[in-house]
Amino acid sequence: MVAASLMDTLAPAPTLRPPSAPAAASSAPGSGPAPAAETLIEIDHVDFFYGAVQALHDISLSIQDKKVTAFIGPSGCGKSTLLRCFNRMNDLIDGTRIAKGSIKIRGIDIHRPDVDVIELRKRVGMVFQKSNPFPKSIYENITYGLKLQGVSNKARLDEVVEKSLRGAALWEEVKDRLHTSGLGLSGGQQQRLCIARAIAVEPEIILMDEPCSALDPVATAKVEELIQTLRTRFTIVIVTHNMQQAARCSDKTAFFYMGKLIEYADTRNIFMNPANPQTEAYVSGRFG
Amino acid sequence: MSAATTHPFQTQPSAARRSESVIFWLFRGATYFVLLCGAVVFLNIFVKGSRTVFQTKAPFVNTAFFTESPESLYVFQWQGQKMELGDKEFRTFKEKNPAAANVKAESYVYCAGGIFPCIVGTVLLVVGSMAIALTLGVSAAVYLNEYARDGTFIRFVRLAILNLAGVPSIVFGLFGFGMFVIFFGWNVSLLAGWFTLAFMVLPVVITASEESLKAVPKGFREGSLALGATKWQTIYKNVVPYALPGILTSSILGIARVAGETAPIMFTAAYVVRDKLPWQVDHFSDFFFQGVMALPYHIYVVSSKIPQNEYTERVQYGTAFVFLFIVALIATASIVLRSKLRNRYKW
Repeated sequence: MVAASLMDTLAPAPTLRPPSAPAAASSAPGSGPAPAAETLIEIDHVDFFYGAVQALHDISLSIQDKKVTAFIGPSGCGKSTLLRCFNRMNDLIDGTRIAKGSIKIRGIDIHRPDVDVIELRKRVGMVFQKSNPFPKSIYENITYGLKLQGVSNKARLDEVVEKSLRGAALWEEVKDRLHTSGLGLSGGQQQRLCIARAIAVEPEIILMDEPCSALDPVATAKVEELIQTLRTRFTIVIVTHNMQQAARCSDKTAFFYMGKLIEYADTRNIFMNPANPQTEAYVSGRFG
Repeated sequence: MSAATTHPFQTQPSAARRSESVIFWLFRGATYFVLLCGAVVFLNIFVKGSRTVFQTKAPFVNTAFFTESPESLYVFQWQGQKMELGDKEFRTFKEKNPAAANVKAESYVYCAGGIFPCIVGTVLLVVGSMAIALTLGVSAAVYLNEYARDGTFIRFVRLAILNLAGVPSIVFGLFGFGMFVIFFGWNVSLLAGWFTLAFMVLPVVITASEESLKAVPKGFREGSLALGATKWQTIYKNVVPYALPGILTSSILGIARVAGETAPIMFTAAYVVRDKLPWQVDHFSDFFFQGVMALPYHIYVVSSKIPQNEYTERVQYGTAFVFLFIVALIATASIVLRSKLRNRYKW
């Protein structure tokens, strides 16, 4: 009941898919019989530790191909930790380990010793909480990943830059200043530049770690709009503090609390009809 | 009495107020004293040195002082006039005036000619040792900051670096003498001087490079790694270039030290006097194994190893003046380079 009233107050921007609007039901996610979605990431009973501190407790969920999955929950609930497991960014932190369980992408355990983490990260892109364009030109930012892979053909690079910037809905704004610093852009543009940089290497999965937490509402709306256009080409996993955002742009939502997965279901159900009382308390704003 | 208490915020003499102003004046005095000391040193060198470096006739700069080698000065009486001639001039003078062949002249060593070989030697020492120090120092800093995991060994390394910074320069000189000159058999040479000086500034370079690397936001590293870069690709494309301005700042301090230290080079690289210039070698490899003259060592020699007189003072102050000027010049060049890099990579 409380959740339903929350949804009503969140009148979404007209450009975004209203998750609860019946008129848009045919295109809305999680409504109607979805085509049998393929599981892309399979998380199986994962326990994760920072040194002696356990951050994730027995997490199991499967993330579906070409869907937007949102991770919500209060700070410190482990949602970012889990996200960073998918491209093994946690490897960079000393003393982290997965004590139990496995994470499989397309059936391959990504923590197997013969998995090349470089190849993994080419396939699993990431957008960070704090937008981090490199202090180079916009052009160099986009081509960074390709140049690492040895692409040096100018025509090919030009093509990818345009395609990626168009893909990130940034082309029209920056096409005349591709060779100026990426740091000269506004906060929202910087974040879209980071998304363009991520899609330039054609990953399969894009992980977004609170991509809008530092952006104003207008810039946030643009990024969310962008997520809607990317969802056809990429599998997106987004961590967010903003419940409205999860409601607006995701197909599936997972609610985490204290390192445990409390509930994972279609976004509509999480917000309209949560099965767990803790989920209901969180999505209705009673804690968190 | 009534006038003293017209309002509640009236100023009243108190012990706290008096001691406050005393302390304030003490601190102010200390600051002025430091300023005064600096000014006296610099003005003294400037005024006395400019007598040697500048002249009243065009081109107003004593070019011979910059372009010639040190010579002995000969002072003698000739036809009622007091003559002051350098070694070469004195010889031609005697050829022209056969009567002067047996003139009784007083000679003052190093007091004529110029300090060109010393300038060349100092520049060579600075460039070579900074190249070595930066290569070793930046590599070590990258290892410590980017690769190494904190542990007993790394703590030990840091302690060693800290201790190295406190070692007196004469000890570096003796180390260089024992290690490079004798053990490696390099003799008194540029190479030995380069390594000795490089080791001396290494702690400064490592510490400062590490600080600059730490100042590069973590986001640049993560962003690069997340695009499928290896750690090394990330470091050389996306970390070290942004840390360079900071590294250069530290190397400016290093340059001033390397150029100015006398003790490390007196056993390892410096010659009191050398006729040949560094590029006058038979084979290019000899270049590295020759000793050079150097400005600080020249000042030391002229002011302590030969009898003092009115003529030595000119050389001492002139050399000190030129030396300060060169250090300022190198530092300015580094500052310009640093600000250029900073504008290129701003975040």
